[in-house]
Amino acid sequence: MTTQGGVQYSKIAEIKGPLVIVDDVENAAFDELVEVLTSTGEKRLGKVLEVGNGKAVVQVFEGTTGLSISGTSAKFVGKVMEMPLSEEILGRVFDGMGRPKDGLPDPIADKFSDINGEPMNPEQRDYPRDFIQTGVSVIDGMLTLVRGQKLPIFSGSGMSHNILAAQIARQATVVGTKEDFAVVFAAIGVQYSESEYFRRSLEESGALKRSVLFLNLANDPAIERIITPRVALTAAEYLAYDLGMHVLVILTDMTNYAEALREISAAREEVPGRKGYPGYLYTDLSTIYERAGRLKGRKGSVTQMPILSMPNDDITHPIPDLTGYITEGQIVLGRDLFRQGIYPPVNILMSLSRIMKDGIGEGSTRADHQEISNQNYDAYSRSQEVRALAGIVGKAGLTGVDLKYLEYGDDFEKDFLSQDIDENRKIEETLELQWKSVSMLPKNELTKVKDKYIEQYYKEN
Amino acid sequence: MVAKGRIVWVSGPAVKADGMSDAKMYETVSVGEAKLIGEVIRLTGDVAFIQVYESTSGLKPGEPVVGTGNPLSVLLGPGIMGQIYDGIQRPLKELSKKSGSFIGRGITTTPVDMTKKYHFVPTAKVGDDVQPGNVIGTVKETELIDHSIMVPPDHSGGKITKIVSEGDYDLETEIATTEKDGNSTILKMYHKWPVRKPRPYQKRHDPTIPLLTGQRILDTFFPLAKGGTGSIPGAFGTGKTVTLHQIAKWADSQVVVYIGCGERGNEMTEVLVEFPELKDPRSGRPLMERTVLVANTSNMPVAAREASIYTGVTIAEYYRDMGMDVVLVADSTSRWAEALREMSGRLEEMPAEEGYPSYLASRLAEFYERAGRVQVIGSPDRDGSVSLVGAVSPSGGDFTEPVTTHTMRFIKTFWALDAKLAYSRHYPAINWMNSYSGYLSDVAKWWSKNISEDWLNLRGEAYGILQREDTLKEIVRLLGPEALPDEEKIILEVARMIKIGLLQQNSFDEVDTYCSPKKQFKLMKLLVDFYKGAQQALKDGASLADIRAMSVIGTLLKARMEVKDEELDKLDQIDQIMSEQFKSITGVKVTT
Repeated sequence: MTTQGGVQYSKIAEIKGPLVIVDDVENAAFDELVEVLTSTGEKRLGKVLEVGNGKAVVQVFEGTTGLSISGTSAKFVGKVMEMPLSEEILGRVFDGMGRPKDGLPDPIADKFSDINGEPMNPEQRDYPRDFIQTGVSVIDGMLTLVRGQKLPIFSGSGMSHNILAAQIARQATVVGTKEDFAVVFAAIGVQYSESEYFRRSLEESGALKRSVLFLNLANDPAIERIITPRVALTAAEYLAYDLGMHVLVILTDMTNYAEALREISAAREEVPGRKGYPGYLYTDLSTIYERAGRLKGRKGSVTQMPILSMPNDDITHPIPDLTGYITEGQIVLGRDLFRQGIYPPVNILMSLSRIMKDGIGEGSTRADHQEISNQNYDAYSRSQEVRALAGIVGKAGLTGVDLKYLEYGDDFEKDFLSQDIDENRKIEETLELQWKSVSMLPKNELTKVKDKYIEQYYKEN
Repeated sequence: MVAKGRIVWVSGPAVKADGMSDAKMYETVSVGEAKLIGEVIRLTGDVAFIQVYESTSGLKPGEPVVGTGNPLSVLLGPGIMGQIYDGIQRPLKELSKKSGSFIGRGITTTPVDMTKKYHFVPTAKVGDDVQPGNVIGTVKETELIDHSIMVPPDHSGGKITKIVSEGDYDLETEIATTEKDGNSTILKMYHKWPVRKPRPYQKRHDPTIPLLTGQRILDTFFPLAKGGTGSIPGAFGTGKTVTLHQIAKWADSQVVVYIGCGERGNEMTEVLVEFPELKDPRSGRPLMERTVLVANTSNMPVAAREASIYTGVTIAEYYRDMGMDVVLVADSTSRWAEALREMSGRLEEMPAEEGYPSYLASRLAEFYERAGRVQVIGSPDRDGSVSLVGAVSPSGGDFTEPVTTHTMRFIKTFWALDAKLAYSRHYPAINWMNSYSGYLSDVAKWWSKNISEDWLNLRGEAYGILQREDTLKEIVRLLGPEALPDEEKIILEVARMIKIGLLQQNSFDEVDTYCSPKKQFKLMKLLVDFYKGAQQALKDGASLADIRAMSVIGTLLKARMEVKDEELDKLDQIDQIMSEQFKSITGVKVTT
């Protein structure tokens, strides 16, 4: 150990992958922030993963490239990683660790918060109930987003998830209110063009000054991605619970996050779970996703929309699988619909919004909302079966009702599901389109809606 | 002699401390300056391996570790009912008073309010000889729960030398004194019990009474018995949690223990918001008065998740000992298994399948073995039961993964959720071909005695139709429905009606959410009668189109939502209309 200007520096014993093992450690704490000093005087940040018997295992966020055993030393900062917060963060662009990236100075901090957050007490949560109108029919009508919900988009490479997320960020409102709204956007290992698309989309709609951007791009250090969603959520929690804003957090792409986690786990030689991902991936993801919600007695809310690309479009892959177990539903994009040029290519049968039932109905959307949505799920699922059957026996082998279901399926995809990327539909319009599709079917096929709604809304041809 | 040591190593929830030669296995210890709660899970020389129930962020080597001398225990006494606890029985309401909206660390509270006064009515008197488990008095805990004050199971028994008269006392009051061999012991309204040790009972009964949940596919097709074990595995989005909520709401038990083990925070909030408003269909009282929640959500410390299952089941056994029927639902046992895996990994144990420890199977077996309908210890004679239902979250929806396969070895009722059914919005998405119940013949006697002697036969017929449909579907998939003769097309038609009119149940519909055993039976009988009527009509010359056009079909399919439990005669009317319509379609054919 060496001392310089009263500060103690420890020597490095081993470097492997993203980890350094620090020797002669006294008084270091688990989770503590570490400054790693290279021979050229460059300062990198790290975190203690394990400490004991005079050694500490430190993960270096900026990577270990260029570090040497003799030329590197480490300083234990004496606190966990914190983020400076104030209202000034709005409209700013930060890197993946929360440092300014827009050439402007650090915001003057009102407070510093631990980026790991703390678990919300379930007893103190306020149940999400406020309907968010996104202007996207398939979401408002059948996968309703509610304030304080965590609703991910499961996509595949090349599909239009970013366009959809940007559209939602531009259009989302709670009908009939004028409350403070903010967007926190975290790019986790995505390409420059994708993050730039998002930034420009916010700028053009004038929402940029109500936004905070955290960018870890594809060529930025991979281990930094462990931090990016956490700093973004720390900023979101501050805006929501300290400033009373309703915050929509978009995290893209969580697959890159999970891969960074796997890299560290492999370097630590941990026993892997499925596909080499660590056994604690579920718990780790939950410490991110569970930071969505509302709290009793506080005005704001944190709504999360994480985006992840499913490797090989496989929904049973550990990343979408464990995400689906934590989030309150999922919006799944379908390759077939995407190929047909349908936007948004949402596969409604695989998608789900768990909190939908509490955000819709009389007093928020319309009394028939739940039932007409159930009817569309039912009819669309039947139309898919009929399509498959028609593929085998041909249309000639179908009964009259089955043919109606084919027509229904086409209408549903063409008029209800499809819309333009800047088309902002009101909820009334969305519900009308749902009834229009369903009205392709004979009345006695509508087993999921009450007779009084059929009388009121069914469109006779 | 309590152990006093120092931390030498920290990694996540795992801590090693030396100087711990006086520590015992599974003893709880206070860890670090922040006095975090931990439990000893391995001892090597004077080094103790400790799992810590709170976040270890900021913990340093050199900080003290102090033993408590006691294993991890729960406090059992009046005041538990209606509470929401974390995994180690800390009341979340009290925690929020001390640390606000987020869960802080190193907070100590008592599980129940020790100063609250309860009206104690003694049932024993001075001079009585008491044994462990004897009831010495009762207090009214909630409107629904008459809480028996019992001599603790580990008490030596003896003669009562002192007992308070009827009146209001708090939990610390010495309500009775017993004496045996010159030693006297004081009894209070509460005692403590180690969570990992099953509470003793006298003998087990056969599980012959169904646990009625008001859910048709459960009660009619794959029943669970009181004191039985069940498991509900399914990929995400298939409806595990909704089904468990339905069981917790409507099961005909006196007490429900709901364990949210590594699941979503908002789901626990939903229970907290909804249960006080929902009324128990039998007593008309708010459901919260019979419910205890144990909530260790996914982002709360992982070691406490491991403990939460034991905390819950010990509370369940305590109410069983009062002679009550208790249902415990655990959502999800997979997250508990993952907590085991994580600790096992940190202990550097040799892993078995998918990184899970080799003792996963035995831990699961131990847990499910704590279910049962038993004659409890002590007098008066009384029977109680603990029924266990565990959700399983198989990764990728794959039922061959270790937690599902091991669980299947130790449970008797298996409700297999099916993603395909969920995608087509068939809820509850319980697959009728893959599910089973080992209690069917046991509970058939109850149905035959209380509902109808025909129950088992009819259930067999209804299930038979579904099985036939399953084979026919293969042919249809290859050749189209027109390849089948009319008698077989009718099977497809009726199977569809059984699915829509009986198997599907809308938990969010006011009427459909709970279905009484009588209504379940009548709906099933209507559908089987329809099938028989249709086959007969075909023989008598009616056409398939005639049958499909019968207007009674629509009424039949909506009956589950339209006919309330107190107006079941409407179902008899449907039966009449049905036979008239059958008569008319065959009649028409005969005259032309």
